[in-house]
Amino acid sequence: MLPELSREEILRYSRHLLIPEVGLDGQRKLKASSVLIIGMGGLGSPAALYLAAAGVGRIGLVDYDVVDESNLQRQVVHGTSMVGKRKVDSARARLLDLNPDVEVDIFDEPFTSANAVRIANPYDVIIDGTDNFPTRYLTNDLCVLTGKPNVYGAVFRFDGQASVFDARVGPCYRCLFPEPPPPGLIPSCADAGVLGILPGTIGTIQATEAIKLLLGIGSSLAGRLLLYNALDMSFEYVKLKKNQNCKVCGPHPEVTALIDYNEFCGVPGVFHDIGSAGKDWDITACELSIQMKTGMAICLIDVREPHELAISWIEGAKNIPLGELAGRLAELDPANEIVLFCKSGSRSRGALELLVSAGFRKVKNLKGGINAWAREVEPKLPVY
Amino acid sequence: MPTIRIPNPLRSYVRGQTEVPVQGATAGMALEDMLTQYPAFRPQLCKADGSLRAFVNLFLNGQNIRDLRGLDTPLGPGDILNLVPSIAGG
Repeated sequence: MLPELSREEILRYSRHLLIPEVGLDGQRKLKASSVLIIGMGGLGSPAALYLAAAGVGRIGLVDYDVVDESNLQRQVVHGTSMVGKRKVDSARARLLDLNPDVEVDIFDEPFTSANAVRIANPYDVIIDGTDNFPTRYLTNDLCVLTGKPNVYGAVFRFDGQASVFDARVGPCYRCLFPEPPPPGLIPSCADAGVLGILPGTIGTIQATEAIKLLLGIGSSLAGRLLLYNALDMSFEYVKLKKNQNCKVCGPHPEVTALIDYNEFCGVPGVFHDIGSAGKDWDITACELSIQMKTGMAICLIDVREPHELAISWIEGAKNIPLGELAGRLAELDPANEIVLFCKSGSRSRGALELLVSAGFRKVKNLKGGINAWAREVEPKLPVY
Repeated sequence: MPTIRIPNPLRSYVRGQTEVPVQGATAGMALEDMLTQYPAFRPQLCKADGSLRAFVNLFLNGQNIRDLRGLDTPLGPGDILNLVPSIAGG
């Protein structure tokens, strides 16, 4: 039995009620339905705003982070006054202001194998708005194992992807990507950047797909992957088929319960010291500064992209972008003390692994990158 | 001459190009030609046995070559292969 709409709701949703594919019954369906959004960042922000505006009765928000100034260029559900506040609180306040008739559940915790089933259980549709591979595989496996549709979106600079993975009717995320990339190969948005509007486009497509699934209308992206390029303004689709060797939704599954996804992806857990390569390989900004002042000969290698040098740089550093490093090893002398750095320490960790595997031993990672250097040693440099 | 389209996250391995013109009568030969031009790309894209790593797909005219004949999928001279890696940003 679908819930009735009040007079106020009939007025609020009048533009929906005028569309035959939605109508009064469709709007009542939306009121009775629920969506869980994992990640209240660039993708989750527009998705949450539009689902709340559309009158989806119950919206769950998962995020353990707090609002940072560098989020505001794209995470439009949060405002400047919310910097430093929990993202789920910030988003909930905005959604309830937009539409007080919806119910907003908040989960201020990392989404993990231990809590995923409990958190996701009441919801009809799951939206993957996360920013890391372990949570994407967790979200996929959870949806396969519990029979829920996973509305997928992902972004990188100007490129976006979107699909609906529903193993009951088609392929899942693992059918397309059985394994994650080697750690560090595909940089995160924090390292590589992202056009702020891009997750707006993709997150809005995710909200559209969720609404269509809840209403049972149209053709979803199930079995198709949308490839969006904002620079070319191109939308391409490729066909996706169920992978008969899929380890979670194939005929002979190996994954029958949620696993350790950090281990699966070869990355440290969420509480790992970000920007560290491990204590044996790290040097702090203060330690490096002291060594340089004592006249120690150090070969400083900046593995950032050339355009980042316009933001900040360290005197005397040589720029070899991470993508070029493998082909430019001959420029480095293994006999020298080498310190690698990037913006925050994750790309330089990848560079360090590359050098160590090539036989370099006297090599260190500047923990926390040039941003740590700016905070601890050279405060006139901006943090970005 | 077939072309391999390179998505943004992998362009640093091909000196920033959006497309790499290649020679080859099959997807595998085209891939091999690109990796010969950009050897540092090989360990990122391929396993030791030469097969594509599982985080990346090659699509020919909208179809995954895994659903066609894999690296033996024949190519025409004007064909475009789309390299599609997993990305995680959100």
